[in-house]
Amino acid sequence: MSEARNDILARVRSATGGAEPDYAERYAALPREYKREGALDFEGKLQLFADRIHDYDGVLHTCGKDQVVATIAAALSARGKRRIVVPPDYPEASLPKGFEFVWDHELTYEALDQCDGVITGCTLAIALTGTIVLQDGLYQGRRALSLVPDYHLCLVGRNQIYETAPEAIQVLSRTGARVTTFISGPSATSDIEMTRIKGVHGPRTLEVIVIC
Amino acid sequence: MPTAFNEKISQTLGNQKLQLALYAGTGRLVEHRKHAVAEERLPEYQELRSHANALKKHTIEHLDHYLEQLEANVQAHGGQVIWCRDAAEVSDFVLDLAKRRQARLIVKSKSMTTEEIDLNERLEHHGLEAVETDLGEYIIQLRGERPYHIVAPALHLTRYDVADIFQEKLGIPNETVIEKQTMIARSVLREKFLAADIGITGANFLIADSGAVVLVENEGNARLTTTAPKIHIAVAGIEKIIPRAQDLGVFLKLLGRSATGQPLTVYTSFLSGARREGEIDGPDEFYLVLLDNGRTKLLADPDKRESLYCIRCGACLNICPVYRKIGGHSFPWIYSGPIGAIITPQFLGIQHTPALPFASSLCGACAEVCPVKIDIPKVLLDLRAGVKEGPGKAKSDWLERLGFHAFAWLMCHPKAYALMGRFSRLAPLLNIGPLRAWRSQRDLPAMPAKSFRQLWKERG
Ligand code: SF4
Repeated sequence: MSEARNDILARVRSATGGAEPDYAERYAALPREYKREGALDFEGKLQLFADRIHDYDGVLHTCGKDQVVATIAAALSARGKRRIVVPPDYPEASLPKGFEFVWDHELTYEALDQCDGVITGCTLAIALTGTIVLQDGLYQGRRALSLVPDYHLCLVGRNQIYETAPEAIQVLSRTGARVTTFISGPSATSDIEMTRIKGVHGPRTLEVIVIC
Repeated sequence: MPTAFNEKISQTLGNQKLQLALYAGTGRLVEHRKHAVAEERLPEYQELRSHANALKKHTIEHLDHYLEQLEANVQAHGGQVIWCRDAAEVSDFVLDLAKRRQARLIVKSKSMTTEEIDLNERLEHHGLEAVETDLGEYIIQLRGERPYHIVAPALHLTRYDVADIFQEKLGIPNETVIEKQTMIARSVLREKFLAADIGITGANFLIADSGAVVLVENEGNARLTTTAPKIHIAVAGIEKIIPRAQDLGVFLKLLGRSATGQPLTVYTSFLSGARREGEIDGPDEFYLVLLDNGRTKLLADPDKRESLYCIRCGACLNICPVYRKIGGHSFPWIYSGPIGAIITPQFLGIQHTPALPFASSLCGACAEVCPVKIDIPKVLLDLRAGVKEGPGKAKSDWLERLGFHAFAWLMCHPKAYALMGRFSRLAPLLNIGPLRAWRSQRDLPAMPAKSFRQLWKERG
């Protein structure tokens, strides 16, 4: 295989003449005249985020710190969700009574599938695109958790909302090369007659609670 | 003499149902894109395009550096990089790995690069089962077809076609409700995901400075493909690389909007290396296959090199008046539309596809919508020159040359031009010789009763 490697790199070099030694300066000098930093305050970002989530037929709730448990209860009840899976590090004290919570200690896909939904936190959120970003960090659980159950309720902290994707990516690049997933709305397809159907392989419903 | 290309075109033009599906499907995508990049929604659209173009140009010119950087970073995260010169080297690698791991079932998420190298056929030939998991790809795989469009593979099919193939292949009778069809595919594929030994994906972007493979999708099938099986293989052309994660902001803004009018696709996954200590999900083994398969040949031609900037958004297909009439299956290779017309001859050799660069009206719509600003008409003209001057030169060229000389003379002689104008009113009657073939697939616009000159004179 290393023969193929050397061959391809040699072909590339003979085609381009090889990289210039000052590639780093050249890269830095590329024009970047697009919007990278947002200008909105928290209220503005929240409004934008809510609008984008609505565009996806999603729902965004806001609540104060002491209202989180009640807001979760109301959201779950409104949709008739009872059996909910949560990441293994999720604190029981932050969950309402009257529902059946399952902690994901390496549940099988079948077991995940049998839950009505999942609650997670997130690494950050992007207002402009209505995106939540998950890694394997605090309260976020493993990858399959936000994928297999049909309903996803995501909690977002006040300081976790960024206005633009470039700002978010800047922050994320500090956490190195962790597996990262951007989620912008429910799983969907338009493959048959361009008709949009939700919930192909992932959740049909995405709901967000912003803790102000 | 009708070629296979011409025959396919005639079939498509004659199929009313297909024409309707094509027109409606591409029309919708055109509208969605237009809405998404409108001034009030994306004021910096043109700046983003310029920047994307500059970034691609820079990366391609320093490709050797970025490839080596990428390789080092993938390895640092426990992944392996497999360099492949051609299709056979990719399938040899996958087959060998499958044998060593005793793998039988492979799930795949939509990838034009693996279509390009006929990977499924090669694997199936050796007794492996490779299942496409994107809904559109799954349907066309059941039908034994290749994708009709680089973004919407089943663009040419209706719910009734899907019902027919589900009945034939899955034994599910007469289900014509799209939502139910989707759920059928979901449950069939769920089982495949859970049983699969290997997941194969393409890559929308490769990030040199982090070693991450970036996948964008709407369904979640790429996420499942890279989460459930023990082995993940990503197959990517060497041109898919970008220097840093920060650059991705630009491309993500452009890709979703240009493809389907979405500000961002539903899922964007950044995957680097295999599952790490403490992680529950993710593959035990991760391989990044870097494929040449003709790309370095394109790279060597500075005039046409920009063809490698393509991010496969499909916008140029949707807007193209030729694609919208002749459809994806008329094109000789899996890449169709304007981008297909410029890269197919460069990959396969112009002598195999001499007609392709001419299947364009050079209207320039493709260049106008291309998010990375590839000057497709310029490359087409270059390729045309190659056909006319190269070894594949047509024998009837003297006729064409005569035609152009006559045209030049006519344009310099106003009296003769006016006279010709009168005669051209008889053009619809001309249906002989080479004109007959040309006209069999084109309608002449109706001639006005009076010429512009006559009208001008009458105005006084
Ligand atoms: S050539 Fe441009 S418009 Fe066409 S698919 Fe590629 S990136 Fe999109």
